[in-house]
Amino acid sequence: MTIELKSGAPSGDIQTAWSRHKFSMQIVNPANKRKYDIIVVGTGLAGAACAATLAELGYNVLNFCFQDSARRAHSIAAQGGINAAKNYQNDGDSIYRLFYDTVKGGDFRAREHNVYRLAETSVNIIDQATAQGVPFAREYGGLLDNRSFGGAQVSRTFYARGQTGQQLLIGAYQAHAKMVAAGGIKMFPRHEMLDVVVKDGHARGIIARDLVTGQLKRFVGDAVVLATGGYGNVFFLSTNAMGCNVTATWRAHRRGALFANPCYTQIHPTCIPVSGDYQSKLTLMSESLRNDGRVWVPKDKKDAFDPKTGKVGRHPNDIPESERDYYLERRYPAFGNLVPRDIASRAAKQVCDEGRGVSYNGRGVYLDFSDAVRRLGKAGVEARYGNLFEMYQRITGEDPYTEPMRMYPAIHYTMGGLWVDYNLMSNVPGLFVLGEANFSDHGANRLGASALMQGLADGYFVAPPCIGNFLAKRKPQPKSTDWPEFAAVEAEVKQRLSTLLSIKGKRTVDSFHKELGLLMWDKCGMARTEEGLKEALVRIPQIRDEFWKNVSVPGSDTGVNQSLEKAARVADFLEFAELMCLDALERRESCGGHFREEFQEEAGEAKGEAKRDDENFAHVAAWEFTGVGQRPNLHKEQLTFDYVKPSQRSYK
Amino acid sequence: MDLTLNIWRQTSKDSAGNFETYQLKDINEHMSFLEMLDVLNEQLEGQGKEPVAFEHDCREGICGSCGLMINGAPHGHLPRTTTCQLHMREFKHGDNITIEPFRAGAFPVLKDLVVDRSALDRIVQAGGFISVRTGSAPDANAVPVPKDEADRAFDAATCIGCGACVASCPNAAAMLFTGAKVTHLGLLPQGQPERYDRVTKMVHQMDKEEFGHCSNFGECTVACPKGIPLDVISQMNRDLLVAQLKGRSA
Repeated sequence: MTIELKSGAPSGDIQTAWSRHKFSMQIVNPANKRKYDIIVVGTGLAGAACAATLAELGYNVLNFCFQDSARRAHSIAAQGGINAAKNYQNDGDSIYRLFYDTVKGGDFRAREHNVYRLAETSVNIIDQATAQGVPFAREYGGLLDNRSFGGAQVSRTFYARGQTGQQLLIGAYQAHAKMVAAGGIKMFPRHEMLDVVVKDGHARGIIARDLVTGQLKRFVGDAVVLATGGYGNVFFLSTNAMGCNVTATWRAHRRGALFANPCYTQIHPTCIPVSGDYQSKLTLMSESLRNDGRVWVPKDKKDAFDPKTGKVGRHPNDIPESERDYYLERRYPAFGNLVPRDIASRAAKQVCDEGRGVSYNGRGVYLDFSDAVRRLGKAGVEARYGNLFEMYQRITGEDPYTEPMRMYPAIHYTMGGLWVDYNLMSNVPGLFVLGEANFSDHGANRLGASALMQGLADGYFVAPPCIGNFLAKRKPQPKSTDWPEFAAVEAEVKQRLSTLLSIKGKRTVDSFHKELGLLMWDKCGMARTEEGLKEALVRIPQIRDEFWKNVSVPGSDTGVNQSLEKAARVADFLEFAELMCLDALERRESCGGHFREEFQEEAGEAKGEAKRDDENFAHVAAWEFTGVGQRPNLHKEQLTFDYVKPSQRSYK
Repeated sequence: MDLTLNIWRQTSKDSAGNFETYQLKDINEHMSFLEMLDVLNEQLEGQGKEPVAFEHDCREGICGSCGLMINGAPHGHLPRTTTCQLHMREFKHGDNITIEPFRAGAFPVLKDLVVDRSALDRIVQAGGFISVRTGSAPDANAVPVPKDEADRAFDAATCIGCGACVASCPNAAAMLFTGAKVTHLGLLPQGQPERYDRVTKMVHQMDKEEFGHCSNFGECTVACPKGIPLDVISQMNRDLLVAQLKGRSA
């Protein structure tokens, strides 16, 4: 099949592109909006914002989440902040600068037009959220405060202590709740989407499982919106919530939607290190901590973790200043501790690989606040980071006011996702993809405080007019869940679930998930090689085969069955992982979060930095499903850079 | 450490439940409480038995999904801590731990330790919002908010909707939850136009969901993992009184 990938972004001046595009789009007459039903899957920032906005406009929205309430989506855990080009600090920020920083931060692998629109919309988000009552941090004069974040030299990050995601999500959830009460949104909590229904080439519905009764249900609509988050849990251990999964996007992929750049995964440099095999998830500590915390490891290996004794040398407080290596400040004097995430993560890996790591297993670095406590006082530090310090203390039993935190990188966000055009529509007409679930705005690396921005931009401001335009061009269609397409997809889902229950093997679902996760972290994590990826591509089908022969899923398909929920998600990760490794193998360059050891600068000041290959890889790799275990077809969308000239990213 | 767990097992909403006893060996003190339950569930699943159903998601203390009665206290006895942030270093070898679902008439048990807290969503739907259509907001700095008021609003806004306040209350009241939202929005200038309608409608819905009334025990604020202060309840009562004087009805 040939699929022509056209972004559909308007030509001409980028600064007026979105306004011109909005004007050229068709609008559904207010009286006709109520004739359309739109299915929105997910209630995070993108999903809740989109559902609320569509309902305010007058559409009928059917909204789904697998959690017990729309307020639980994982956007809630974002800590540090949200970027916006308000320039309230008068420090030289502008929409153009945010656009520039984001394209550069993404290592020149994002679509310029999408990024410009994101930067342009960012200012409206802050207005909207403030009007909803989101309690952003304020200065004593009563105006909004900002902090700085990685990859930028201006202070443009708005924040609400260390709970910015929570406050923004509650804002969206409240707007959403209002529309639930008004009848514009029909909410289906504890319903998990297990497949998409495509009719006559258009996305027309979903099959969802009621997680309380176990019943499979059919839902039909005029368009389907996926705002279902990222796939970081393919690594088992990640900072994602336990329930985050790839099922919705993977099932859409199997029905024809292209999956773009799955190898672009973000490793967050500051997470609490692993403490044992029982570990179920990793906890992130906000990047904002790098504003005041200084990252270091001992200069001398004697003070690091010794694998022979299993112990760490001197306590960090006993290591004098002169024997500490503040390696980020040393290597990147211009940005110091605030280099972008991919660079900070790899630098941490390097010093640990050199044998200078600390913590339980030598995979850890120190994040030290002693300077900040001296400068700001304990109360000053507490005002900025109090809840983060408290969280750290709960988990580790250590007091970060008096001794350095221990940190190590962990999987945090996935830049890849379903391919979408400028209208956020996938190649399957009527299937829109928002937020982390799509691939569009962050290129190969996302800057801190930009995920909240993108989720809300997509949900509040970008998707609603684009969906309206799509619907206006199609008259209201007949709707029926009795179509044979629904029966066929439902039968497939039913079959998949009953197979899982009938295997009655010897291994638990988690044991497979952990095995897959370790393999992915090892071969497709912070650094990748051709050899390792090829090994993974041999191993993944073997693990998958064993899963389908030997997994144990107790219980039945009626009533609450959390083992079955997990099993269905892991089954999809076992298919998806293969695509991720293949994409990483085929991308023979290093860019952003994708670091191939074979492709790094070998000499000069940039030694060891990622080496991009713009001549051969300045494209989006969009994969078409051809069958489980079959080689997918690759489609390329060439990226052009008319405004920000690709250069080697330098943060020195 | 070795532990004895007494866990409430219940197949479905309408079935009767009972306590089951489980023995766990060699539990690491660095584990979280939920990771300890993961270990139990791995063992049960390995034996082909149904694991204990419990709710959890972010495991960072912010999503509000997890919530268990641990030895009679919602989220356990450690102050200002969600179940997922409670670590086994708070327990000792040989301990007996009783684990139950949150208990309240308004929170029916769905299975084992999973309860239905959708009544809390309906309280918010009744009025826990500021009506501002997407796109209609003025510039964010157009309305300055004094920092101390913004901070007080923030303290109330940190509620994670876990329901521990309800579970701890002898009357199973949802006053702290509702009061937190009323206070958060009522303290901000943006929340003024709907302030008295909001409190009236939310309190009305709270009564409809069969939550109990407040008798000032104050258990809720002790159990609250976010330390929402008790004065949000007096703030709500004040607002409700003003609303009644203004003649507002739900």
